[in-house]
Amino acid sequence: MELKLSSQEKEFREDIRKFMGNSLPEEIRHKVEMGLKLEKDDYVIWQKIVGERGWLAPGWPKEYGGTGWSPIERHIYNEEMALASAPRIMPFGVNMVGPVIIAFGNETQKQYYLPRILSSEDWWCQGYSESGSGSDLAALNTRATRDGDHYIVNGAKTWTSFAQYADMMFCLVRTSTEGKKQAGISFLLIDMKSSGIEVRPIITMDGGDEINDVLFEDVRVPITNLVGEENHGWEYAKFLLGHERTWTADIGASRKQIKKVREIASKELVDGKPLLEDPTFQIKISEVEIELLALESVLMQVLEAESAGKPPGPEASLLKLRGTEIQQEITELLFEAIGNYAHPFVKEALDAGWNEEPIGPDYAASIAPRYFNYRKTTIYGGSSEIQKNIIAKAVLGL
Amino acid sequence: MEISLSEEQILLKNSVERFVERDYEFSLRRELAKSDEGFSKELWLKFSELGWLGLTMPEKYGGLDGSLVDSVVLMEALGRGLVLEPVLSSVLLGANLLKRVGSSFQQKNLIPKVIDGSLLLSFAFSERQSRYSLSNVEMTARRSENGYVLDGMKSLVLHGDTADKIIVSVRQEGDYSNKDGISLFIVDREAEGVIRRPYPTVDGLRAADIEFKGVSVTEKNLLGKEGKAYLVIEDVIDEACIAICGEAIGVMDAIMNSTLEYIKSREQFGVSIGSFQVLQHRAVDMFNALELSRAMVFRAADTVGSSDDRNNRAKAASAVKVQIGRAGKLIGQQAIQLHGGMGMTEEMSVSHYFKRLTMITALFGDADYHLKRYTSLGQ
Repeated sequence: MELKLSSQEKEFREDIRKFMGNSLPEEIRHKVEMGLKLEKDDYVIWQKIVGERGWLAPGWPKEYGGTGWSPIERHIYNEEMALASAPRIMPFGVNMVGPVIIAFGNETQKQYYLPRILSSEDWWCQGYSESGSGSDLAALNTRATRDGDHYIVNGAKTWTSFAQYADMMFCLVRTSTEGKKQAGISFLLIDMKSSGIEVRPIITMDGGDEINDVLFEDVRVPITNLVGEENHGWEYAKFLLGHERTWTADIGASRKQIKKVREIASKELVDGKPLLEDPTFQIKISEVEIELLALESVLMQVLEAESAGKPPGPEASLLKLRGTEIQQEITELLFEAIGNYAHPFVKEALDAGWNEEPIGPDYAASIAPRYFNYRKTTIYGGSSEIQKNIIAKAVLGL
Repeated sequence: MEISLSEEQILLKNSVERFVERDYEFSLRRELAKSDEGFSKELWLKFSELGWLGLTMPEKYGGLDGSLVDSVVLMEALGRGLVLEPVLSSVLLGANLLKRVGSSFQQKNLIPKVIDGSLLLSFAFSERQSRYSLSNVEMTARRSENGYVLDGMKSLVLHGDTADKIIVSVRQEGDYSNKDGISLFIVDREAEGVIRRPYPTVDGLRAADIEFKGVSVTEKNLLGKEGKAYLVIEDVIDEACIAICGEAIGVMDAIMNSTLEYIKSREQFGVSIGSFQVLQHRAVDMFNALELSRAMVFRAADTVGSSDDRNNRAKAASAVKVQIGRAGKLIGQQAIQLHGGMGMTEEMSVSHYFKRLTMITALFGDADYHLKRYTSLGQ
């Protein structure tokens, strides 16, 4: 069941494919293909290439630098990016704070921040979770108090991805303790170079160091960095989460990973025959592929509604929920595919500069770490349990 | 649910659990995993003193003549502490091979040293192309004037980096579909032509890929009858499957406790998250999977350890490996999910338990492999 594409859309796919083939630096492609660690520069270099082509933020309104592509074109674009083994575009600027600034920011903020996102001048990070407020995000405690034309921010955020690279953070802060907890939250843009900010890495079980604690001690933030109205941040946060849930489905990436499962299974042998010819394994691949097709069908609907001016509603939770489950299933298939070579763990083998012979096949090193790392996907961005609560309440009226 | 154990088994269980609690704190485990050898030789000698290394070894060599159920009791308790020491590779694989097919000379010379902790063994049976098949052996042994010359590569040799002697499977005749033609040899770590590629494993243990490049051995190094090693390999791996499933029970038990503690104490929305019915039911699913597994492992240990019917033994081992494969995945994944972001961190022990559990589900064949094996053994 392939997507039904018009000749124009087929041509579009060809154009994107050509661009990827011509523009993606080989060194970066290789790292992504092999699951090696990407440096900050790898992401930035690639984003600048895409940005110069004008394709960094396809979903934005055209006047702010969007492409005006149809939903299906955007989907093709995402898929081609993934299939070409391009690094993922960091979502924090383009998919998260960008749309919030466009929808709720003032003119000055739009004119200052949006071009800097498009040029990848600012690396953004997300200051949402705190140690005491994970699923219960609205219980957040990081305080921002007014002092003349500044806010003074105190508190701590956690699980902040790539805070170590970030120039800016969009941050939910408590500006009031009156009334409902949701009613006292504001949406602040914080310069990560401000004094009083400390970033501490959190090592994850796969050995990764992408996530961080971010501590704030009397950090001065100009009040001009408030987005929208004070104490209305929760509305903007929810708007953002809707956007986040659409892209976290990451169907293109899953398709690419299924392809990788096939490639690896064609090299791994069971009694002399490729694992790919094993009926049990074939059925497992088919199952996840069908799940992905169903999800893609829903995504197309959501994107179409979005382009008709209907922002993603609570049904976007379905995309996040199933999209991440499918991603996890694929990491399990990869893990199974490599058999005994899931066991070795040489952390340095994931660095591009590592020159030693791989242990076992060269595609094996990143697979188990990825399996462990991907357990995060059903936890972050609103855990699966929270997504189900949203569907139960907001869609089913329970 | 309590498993009925003998008095001796209860004593053993209590003593190992006490050791794990008092002398094998998680911080120590973390240090040991980073050390050169990856475990403590000092504690290894203590294991010996406590009688754990000779648990299933013959009395005449200083062992306790224990059963496979005894091994499961030991491994379950060690699993609770994520113990790194090479009980599996040295005793349950290496010494078990010696016990079963070693000549009296080999037994007398080696088994007492394994029991007193001075000799470490490992068993090199898997190869790059073998996946989980035990008969898929491409390493060769050619007859030479003085004995044999071994050539080939072995992968994922558990504790192959520190073992003093490596027992290795070779094929002298036939191909992967033949059970005949496989032999075992005992090779010294220092033998010329043994090239080790040691590495840490995902779960904090150690292993090595080992190349054997024209390694000369004598007749004395042959273990068991030439060409007839397949059945003993299968038996030993089946027993090892049961033993690591026992370890998995301990790991799952620890994960379960950690998860219950976490969901009872973690507050969100003004209440403990353990008060949410959806998480309660999830915890019940985990608990049920654990209890089903525990009961089955002990039953299968009895079958595999004492049945005269090889088919029956093999089916029991595969059945348990499937059960642990499924239960381990459910319990491990849900434990991380219920711990939320905390479960993802290196700092929390639950992530380490999850990794060990995951690797146990893959070791000696994953659930799919054993489901097929079980099926092929007849309904």
